[in-house]
Amino acid sequence: MSDSLYLAWRYIGFNRWKTLTLMACITLITVLPLTLQVLLSETERQMLARAASTPLVVGAGGSALDLMMSTLYFGRDVPELIDMSDSEEIWKTGLADAIPLYVRFRARDYPIVGTTLDYFDFRGLGFAAGRPLAVLGECVLGAEAARRLELKPGDSLVSSPDNLFDLAGVYPLKMSVAGVLKRTYSADDLAVFVDLKTAWIIEGLGHGHGDVARDGDTSVVLERSEDNVVANASLVEYTEITKANIDSFHFHGEPENYPISAVIALPHDAKSAAILRGRFLESLVTAQIVVPFEVIGALMQNIFRIKNVLDAVIVVVGLATVLAIALVFALSLRLRQREIETIFKLGCQRATIAHLLAAEIILILFASGVLCVGILLIVDHYSADLVRLIFVN
Amino acid sequence: MIKITDLDFVYPHGEFRLMVPDFNIGRSEKVAVIGPSGSGKTTLLNLIAGITVPKHGTVEVDEVTVSRLEDRHRRAFRITRIGFVFQDFALLDYLDVLDNILHPYRITRALELSRSVRQRASVLAETMGIADKLKRPVGELSQGEKQRTAICRALLPDPSLILADEATGNLDPDNKSRILDLLFECVDAHRATLLAVTHDHELLARFDRVVDFQGFRGGVVE
Repeated sequence: MSDSLYLAWRYIGFNRWKTLTLMACITLITVLPLTLQVLLSETERQMLARAASTPLVVGAGGSALDLMMSTLYFGRDVPELIDMSDSEEIWKTGLADAIPLYVRFRARDYPIVGTTLDYFDFRGLGFAAGRPLAVLGECVLGAEAARRLELKPGDSLVSSPDNLFDLAGVYPLKMSVAGVLKRTYSADDLAVFVDLKTAWIIEGLGHGHGDVARDGDTSVVLERSEDNVVANASLVEYTEITKANIDSFHFHGEPENYPISAVIALPHDAKSAAILRGRFLESLVTAQIVVPFEVIGALMQNIFRIKNVLDAVIVVVGLATVLAIALVFALSLRLRQREIETIFKLGCQRATIAHLLAAEIILILFASGVLCVGILLIVDHYSADLVRLIFVN
Repeated sequence: MIKITDLDFVYPHGEFRLMVPDFNIGRSEKVAVIGPSGSGKTTLLNLIAGITVPKHGTVEVDEVTVSRLEDRHRRAFRITRIGFVFQDFALLDYLDVLDNILHPYRITRALELSRSVRQRASVLAETMGIADKLKRPVGELSQGEKQRTAICRALLPDPSLILADEATGNLDPDNKSRILDLLFECVDAHRATLLAVTHDHELLARFDRVVDFQGFRGGVVE
C-alpha cells in the first residue's frame, strides 16, 4: 500500500488544483454542519447558562423574549418600561431580593446598564482593574468593551445622545471610568455599567447646574419668588459630574416613579419563587414575571428546529457533492485510461488499480479531514467569541 | 526462447483472426517483425506477453506456457520476465525520470524495490545518457530522452525478453539509430531476446532475423 500511497501522492501533487478543489468541496461540506453544531451548542450553553443563573425577571407586559434579550443580553430593543416602585414592591414582599436594571442608553454603541452594586455580586463580576462604582457619574466597563474602546480606569466615556436631532433633549454625560471587569464571556463583557441614578441623569431626570438661588448673576434669572427660581436657557447645565459640581446634582419628581426596564428577582427559595410568581399572575398589574430559562429554552428549541431544516439542506447538498466527487473520480479514471492500460500491459494486477484509486481517495479524505479538524479546533477555540459576535453584539 | 504452436486467435467481437502454425525465436536473438498495419503484429506481441490468450494453440516463453497460466500468474510472469517498449513511450507525466524507471516495482509485489535496484536504475540511466535527468519531470524531456527512459524501465527488472512495439516510430532518424544502438547494447549486455515490431525498413539489416508478418495472416472470419 505504501507504493500505492507514494504514486497517489505524486499524482495528487501533480494535479494540485484538481486536488485542492476536491479537498475544498469535501472540507466545506463536512465542516459546515459541524461548525453550525459547535456554534449552536455554544450558543445554547451561553444563553441557557445566563438564563439558568437568573431565577426570575420582572418587566412590563408584552414580549417575554424582548424582555429577556434586554435584561440578560442588553439587546438594542428597549422593552416597555416599569417603575422603580415595582422593584421596591418585590423587596417589600420579603420573598426575594430585587436588582433593578435600566438598559436604554448607549455609549459609543455599547449598552449602558444602570443597576445597583448587587448586580456585580449576583453575577460574580470581578475587577481586572480599578474599583466598583462609588460616586455619581462613574462607570465600570466590561472587559471587551474596555478593550475595544481602549479605555482604562481614569479615562472618560461620553454617553451617546438619545436622538441627535432633538436639540432640546438630553445632554450627553461624560462618565469617568472607575474600573474594568474581568472577562466573563457573557453579555457583561460588552456593557458599560453605571449606577441607576447616573442612568437617570443621562435621561435628564436628574441634573446639575449653577446655583441660581445664591449666584449674584441675575442675567440667568427670569423670575424669582420665595420658593422658586426660574432661569433662562443661558444657565449652564453640567455635562460631567466632578467633585466640584456633584453637590449641585439633584432629581426632580418621586424616585419610585423613575423608569427601569426590568427587575431581576432573586427568591430566597423555591417556595418563595412560586409564591412570587403566583402573586404576579393573580395581580392586575401590567408587569409580568417570567422564568428566563423557560423563555430562552423555548427560543433555543425554535433555533434547533431551524437547524434541523438546515441539516436537511446540508444533507442534500452533501449528497450532491458526494455524487459530484464520485463523478470526478470516474472522469479521472477515464482520463487515466491510457496510464491504466500501460500498467496493465506492464503486468500489474487488477487490484493495483483499485489500490491506486483507494490511496488517492484516502489521501484526499485524510487531508480534508485534517483541514476539517483544524477548522473545527479554531472554531471551537473561538466559539465563545464567535457566538457573542453573532448573537450577543 | 519463444515457441508458438498451432496458434489460432480471434478477438471476441472482432472480425480479425490470427493463425500462426509454428513460430520460434532462439535465446538472445534479435528479431524484427514487419508487415502492413492491421496484419496482427501488435496482437502477436500481446499474445506472447500473455496480455491476450489464444483460442487454440500454445505460446511458450522461456519454457513457460504463458497461454495456460492463470491471469494473475501471467501478469506476474510478464512484469518480471518481459520488458515492454512502446511507440508512445507510455511514461507517466506526474513522475520524474527515476520514478518512471522504478515504476514497475511500485505496481507489483512480484518485484521488490531495494537499494540495489535503485543503484541498478542509476547505472542503466548512466548507460542511456540520462543520469543527469533522473529528477526531471518527463514532460521536460526530449523525445529521444523519453524513449531512453522507457527502455531503462523495460530493462530494469532484467527481463529475458524485450518486446518493442514500434519503439523508434516517434523518433527522428538520428535518434532512431542511436536508440536502436543503445537498445541492442543493453539487450546484449543482459543476454535478452528482442522481438521488435517496426515499419522502418532501413533498420532491418541490423536485426538477426526479419519476419514478414504477412505470412501469418489467417484471413477474415466470415
